[in-house]
Amino acid sequence: MSAEIFDRVKNIIVDRLGVEEGEISLQSSFKDDLGADSLDVVELVMELEDEFDMEISDEDAEKINTVGDVVTYIASQK
Amino acid sequence: MKRRVVITGMGVISPVGNDVETFWNSLINGKSGIRKIDRFDTEGFATTIAGQVVDFNPEDFIDRKEARKMDRFVQYSVAAAIQAMNQSGLKLDQENAERVGVYIGSGIGGLETLCEQHSILKERGPRRVSPFFIPMMIGDMASGQVSIYFGAKGPNSSPISACATGTNAIGDASKIIERGAADVMLTGGSEAAVLPLTVAGFNAAKAMSTSYNETPEKASRPFDKDRDGFVLGEGAGVLVLEELEHAKKRGATILAEVVGYGMSGDAYHITAPAPEGEGAARAMKAALHDAGIEPSAIGYINAHGTSTEFNDFFETQAVKSAFGEHAYKLAMSSTKSMTGHLLGAAGAIEAVACVQALREGILPPTTNLDQPGEGCDLDYVANVARKADVEYVMSNSLGFGGHNASIIIRKYND
Repeated sequence: MSAEIFDRVKNIIVDRLGVEEGEISLQSSFKDDLGADSLDVVELVMELEDEFDMEISDEDAEKINTVGDVVTYIASQK
Repeated sequence: MKRRVVITGMGVISPVGNDVETFWNSLINGKSGIRKIDRFDTEGFATTIAGQVVDFNPEDFIDRKEARKMDRFVQYSVAAAIQAMNQSGLKLDQENAERVGVYIGSGIGGLETLCEQHSILKERGPRRVSPFFIPMMIGDMASGQVSIYFGAKGPNSSPISACATGTNAIGDASKIIERGAADVMLTGGSEAAVLPLTVAGFNAAKAMSTSYNETPEKASRPFDKDRDGFVLGEGAGVLVLEELEHAKKRGATILAEVVGYGMSGDAYHITAPAPEGEGAARAMKAALHDAGIEPSAIGYINAHGTSTEFNDFFETQAVKSAFGEHAYKLAMSSTKSMTGHLLGAAGAIEAVACVQALREGILPPTTNLDQPGEGCDLDYVANVARKADVEYVMSNSLGFGGHNASIIIRKYND
């Protein structure tokens, strides 16, 4: 389950942030490792909401730092 | 002594070529960039043709991640700026960055982005509007993104004066250097408004050609008796302006010199020019005065020449008023006959054409000029380019709102 979520999240990150898939791990920080700024994160959250057909509240979105945070969050909501 | 301002780099994205050489070769060979619109379904539109930029891939210039966050008009401006900076050979560093500014305008701005995001708002609600919507759409972002790309930390702003924007930008930027606030300015205009909403709007204002949808290359026919409105174009022109001593010190190739700038307001009507083109005439006179030259020094004018009934008639009158008898001796052409009207970018690509005319000794023609319209009795370099060694050229741009701007460019002499 988590592996499948991770793959789908990775695809979005590759597309939106222009990074190589190999650079993305569960530990990757969006801001420090993947070069995302605050606007990129807002857009990523919107993409994730579409991809996983869910709503991520602003409060929850603010807690997201790493790719692992996203995967865990999505898995917990499913 | 006045600080002199020279041009050391130029870049163009246009319907007739995406670099200066291709653009110029198209102009002197009378090649049109007007085609059927293929960006959107034109069913039901009175006008179905435009001068679209073709074969433009933003990723040839800009990182994909960054390009995605730019409206098309910003992509064009960054691409043109990269070309211009490459030609200038100027490199920015900690020493000079604060003396290098950016002043690139757009008449319309990021309307494509606005339309897309407005649809999203209507269809999917406010939570789906992109966080990049505002910074993609706002009209100053060509200047913003170009400064970020190069690290240019000097004066930074963005003029808007509709179809006069490109010329106002170059004129204003030259004055920023002249008064000592910067040594280098990247300046020009950018536009990407071949969109359903713009075409519908200009059609409603009865400003665009509607009779030549089946013969697009014939549609833009400035000064011709069968002209019936302008043809929309898109693209960008960016010039590197530089203080003369700064350019010489680093051994830059100097392409030409900006020697005069004038502007005026019609204070008359939102879209129609003032009677007898009196506002345009005052801008031309102001530019001549600023350059400190007699009207007879001007050998060529790149006209605003939009192919509307009003513009071409009144601009001709204005030239007569500003130049007197010399109006009949100088040559004046409208390259919009080939590129279409790039609105806020028009003055910028036309300045590039002027510099090329000075350097190459060739005047680009007004194509589709089969029979001059009533009152259009000047030498418009009809249909065929002409060899001519001129020292001073003028470029005119006139905008909705009654903005009139003229710049004078001189062949560079030490």
